[in-house]
Amino acid sequence: MSIKKVLQRLGFLLLVIWAASTITFFIPRLSSRNPIRERFAELARTGGFSPADLEIIIAAYSAKFGIDRPLLEQYASYMGSIARFDLGISLHKYPKTVWELIMEALPWTIGLLLVTTILSFVIGNLLGAVAAWPRSPGWLRAFATPFVLLQGVPPVLLGVLLLFFIGFRLKLLPLGGAYSIGRVPQWDWPSFLDLLKHQILPAVSLIFGSMGAWVLSMRGMGVTIQGEDYVNFAEHKGLSGYTIFKDYYLRNALLPQVTGFALALGTVFTSAIVAEQIFSLPGVGSVLNDAIRANDFMVIYGIVLFITITVASLMVLVELIYPLLDPRIRH
Amino acid sequence: MKPVLQVLNLLVTYYTDAGRAKALDDVSLTLNAGEKLGLVGESGSGKSTMALAMMRMIKPPGRIEGGQVIVDGTELTKLSDEEMLKARLSKIAYIPQGAMNSLNPVLRIGRQMVDAIKAHDDEASRRTIEERCMEALESVDLKRSVFKMYPHELSGGMKQRVCIAIGILLNPKVIIADEPTSALDVVTQRQVMETIDRVQEQLGAAVILIGHDMGLMAQFVDKVAVMYAGRLAEVSIVRDMFTDPKHPYAQALIRSLPSLENKGVFQGIPGLAPSLLRIPSGCAFHPRCPYRMDVCTTVRPELETLSNGRQVACHLYTEGLTDAGANGIQERHQSVYARPAVKDIDNRT
Repeated sequence: MSIKKVLQRLGFLLLVIWAASTITFFIPRLSSRNPIRERFAELARTGGFSPADLEIIIAAYSAKFGIDRPLLEQYASYMGSIARFDLGISLHKYPKTVWELIMEALPWTIGLLLVTTILSFVIGNLLGAVAAWPRSPGWLRAFATPFVLLQGVPPVLLGVLLLFFIGFRLKLLPLGGAYSIGRVPQWDWPSFLDLLKHQILPAVSLIFGSMGAWVLSMRGMGVTIQGEDYVNFAEHKGLSGYTIFKDYYLRNALLPQVTGFALALGTVFTSAIVAEQIFSLPGVGSVLNDAIRANDFMVIYGIVLFITITVASLMVLVELIYPLLDPRIRH
Repeated sequence: MKPVLQVLNLLVTYYTDAGRAKALDDVSLTLNAGEKLGLVGESGSGKSTMALAMMRMIKPPGRIEGGQVIVDGTELTKLSDEEMLKARLSKIAYIPQGAMNSLNPVLRIGRQMVDAIKAHDDEASRRTIEERCMEALESVDLKRSVFKMYPHELSGGMKQRVCIAIGILLNPKVIIADEPTSALDVVTQRQVMETIDRVQEQLGAAVILIGHDMGLMAQFVDKVAVMYAGRLAEVSIVRDMFTDPKHPYAQALIRSLPSLENKGVFQGIPGLAPSLLRIPSGCAFHPRCPYRMDVCTTVRPELETLSNGRQVACHLYTEGLTDAGANGIQERHQSVYARPAVKDIDNRT
């Protein structure tokens, strides 16, 4: 791909980020709600503020967060701070910055969600490919069938079922949390094993919840590709089954799956909200959930923007990698 | 001359839900080095099954149920699966109709050629292998630069040449070209055929050309084999086949070709090719045959060699024919076709 195309894509990425941040900025401000007023009104209901003081406090905080200034001026300073990766300060967890909150939570989400998304992609596609390959042993081919059923079970339900049977009934694995209560996580083996133990159920439910789709779509793709003339001709050339499987069959069948993978990456954060809730894990999803409950709009905007940028960047990355996989796409 | 390819009593059956389909029924064929055989017949007559069976590439629900394929002294039908992998391309090569889809779209041409050599010879150095590929490309009139290109960067004719180049990489003794010119325009068709012709002469390999295009056959092959319902109906040298076909089906096939003498007057072959699931008893062609005799409906004619060396599977030419039957045929023949095609009924002695 030419440098010009790469720059074009990157330019487009910036455009997407700008559009997303603009929308994130204006939509909440279209409503007449004032989160600072709401926050203090809530406080006033529980603790004894006098109404006069309240107005002064609200005015002071409004000035501090800059929401008393004209809209365009706010927009300019907002865009300016985004350019500096400054997402503002949390209202609820003041004085932590939104960026700090995201950075604290991100390793958890990446550790669980990204790893399971990739694992699910790899295992699912291999299973699907093997299931469609006519020379696979029968038991391996039959292996794909249960995933048709599993495909119909929502990951949420799967998670709850796993928690109930394996965590609650059999008490084999912990019911939730990132590590055992009372443990102070350190960089040593016991901590790591404890962490791993807590991640098994969430990981299994996430992998199995999403793998069925990969198995089925890959199997469908595989059936098409193995009938292609070039796979037949590869056999006529006397190539070994392994070479044909890897370079002539899998390589081609994977192409549309890679696009699917890019799309799946977009849902990583969405599933994080649910998964981290069910298994009471820390992570970006939990932070977002807390922020929504506390009406902490700075955090909500920050995370929404962060997700938009991450997903858009990953999409561009996949788009840049794709021509390496399929020469026909090269411009 | 010792034959380089011998197919003996080959039997291939497809097991379908509707029943057993005999795709190849007791087919025997001999080919000498340097000989070019054209294999013609209607769709479903078993031409491609024949090619696949020789490569041992029949896939389930199909099965080779009997017979032998001997190439250059090696009995392919006896080889283990591993050995058969090595025999493909080095003893017997297959050139697909490559204009459309026979090359892997995501690998460079060079890689696809190198793959083929490496599968047979994992000791040769990279340089030697590449040099061999380049030479093969040059021998089919392609530039060396094609080595580094992707299939989508080539035209249909060029892709077909690449397939031929791959086919000759390991100097096979037998080359099977399965409709190598379909989906190509007539000019490219001719160029591709000339390429096959030339590389075949260089290698001294025997070629089996499969196709429907009788015109193309007439120009390029030495012998023509006509297939009908999974059996050989007639095998003759090309001149005899076109001027004096013996089998009634071959006669009808040749008569259906347009020629300069009878412009605008074509004769089709009445009826349809039989389903392989319900092959007529006796001679499979008897329901459509203008010379049908009683014996045709019950006894299957075998491929016999007539005194002039031609091979025909038809009761018209075999001993058991009674005088009455023969006369009847002659009469019928006169009435069905103005020009007598069966000039002499050859009683084998």
